[in-house]
Amino acid sequence: MKRREFLAGIAGTLALPVAAFADDEVLDPLAAKVANGAPVRKGKVKIVLPQLADNGNSVPIRITVDSPMTAADHVKSIHLYSERNPVSNMANFYLGPRAGKAEIDSRVRLAGSQKVTAVAALSDGTFWYDAAPIVVTLSACLDES
Amino acid sequence: MSRAVLAVALLAFAAAAQAQQRAIPLDQIKSGSAFLGQDLRSLQNDDFANPGMLWVERGETMWRDPAGKSKQSCASCHQDAKSSMRGVAARYPKIDTASGKLLNLGSRINACRVDHQGAEPFRHESQELLSITAYVARQSRGVPVAASIDGPARAHFDAGEAAYRLRRGQMNLSCAHCHEANWGKRLLSETVSQGQPNGYPAYRMEWQTLGSLQRRLRACLSGIRAEMLPYGSPEYVDLELYLAWRAQGLPIETPGVRR
Amino acid sequence: MAARIQIPSQAKQGEVVEVRVLIQHPMETGYRHDDVGHLIKRNVIKVLSCRYNGVEVFRADLSSGIAANPYVQFYTVADKSGELEFYWIDDEGKQGSERQSIRVT
Repeated sequence: MKRREFLAGIAGTLALPVAAFADDEVLDPLAAKVANGAPVRKGKVKIVLPQLADNGNSVPIRITVDSPMTAADHVKSIHLYSERNPVSNMANFYLGPRAGKAEIDSRVRLAGSQKVTAVAALSDGTFWYDAAPIVVTLSACLDES
Repeated sequence: MSRAVLAVALLAFAAAAQAQQRAIPLDQIKSGSAFLGQDLRSLQNDDFANPGMLWVERGETMWRDPAGKSKQSCASCHQDAKSSMRGVAARYPKIDTASGKLLNLGSRINACRVDHQGAEPFRHESQELLSITAYVARQSRGVPVAASIDGPARAHFDAGEAAYRLRRGQMNLSCAHCHEANWGKRLLSETVSQGQPNGYPAYRMEWQTLGSLQRRLRACLSGIRAEMLPYGSPEYVDLELYLAWRAQGLPIETPGVRR
Repeated sequence: MAARIQIPSQAKQGEVVEVRVLIQHPMETGYRHDDVGHLIKRNVIKVLSCRYNGVEVFRADLSSGIAANPYVQFYTVADKSGELEFYWIDDEGKQGSERQSIRVT
């Protein structure tokens, strides 16, 4: 292999992990399935997740969707996805105009450092998402005791 | 006059000697909650969402349930736990005057069941025992730990201290090696705590349930590859008394949340 | 199944109220092993539903990805005085329920 090609090859492999880590612009393909082919845009949804989990067995999460929650314009459902857990679809929450506010708090299990994605299905047929990274040192599911 | 002065001097010397025994001075002791991340500390302080409260609530129901041949409930004698049980957990382990034995809170509750209610004792680490113990201890939340090591308790305290300093297991470590000599330092991704007992029974994330102090001690023994004594062993209770003395002044945090 | 519900005891008509639920359940993942090495069967609460005076105002599909002793907080509009009823069912078919009254002025 010529030296130039070799160096280009190394540069390529060095670039890959960095891009993967900072890619919340790329939607988790499993989460995209919720939309059944329709476009899923980034926005309206906000995930609040700690940057570092105390313990992967119970991590607090808050998902908020910017919506007036009226009969004409509301969030129908929010779908939570993990990119590394053995079960990728963590939870689905079904709301509607009677919710008044599209905000859910819960505590989740995370099997390792990863990106968590929330997809919201709105009453107008559109889909929106947010993704948040988290570092987990004590993993759920995998670190047994 | 001189004899009195001598007596006072001797007492002061004894008190000073007592104080010198503390490897971690009282003004430096820290609860396990000080070693938690912000998130778990907030969870412990959330009176609704703290998962340990599920057991406390069950304990509250049990407090009013008639039990055993007596058909008496805890409330029949002790009335409202909020007042009658306030400060109780902070004084345990304690010598039971009737039997002369050193009992921790769970064993004391079982002794009440057997002696006064004509009921079967709850099994060690059972959901029932954990619930009622957590409920009673919860009534002392905020009360400083104040176990006595005077009189007949002294022998148990000495045995507990010896157990604390005994090297054991495949790793040949004593409790003191981590929790006295190296607390505050990192062990892999965790910070070593002082190993204080004031949050127990506690909801431990690793167990994903509420557990007793003895369960935690057994986990420590397992961690250093030492033999785990069976639940209820007197060695554990002696050690619990030593730990309570070591934690003197720390507020009871039951139900604590721990990793 | 023990559960704790927290809602305000009273609210004004149209007010958006916070609803908090904490259910005692191991949410067994199905990935853990017992003391002799056998896999402990998965058993999680799969559906949690909240009905306000009989009308479902919230539902959640849960999985092993939700922590043990599941905690959920959501919102609902204070509509009329009455009851919020919570229902849940786990993989073994065990059902749980809890209810709490709300006064709406």
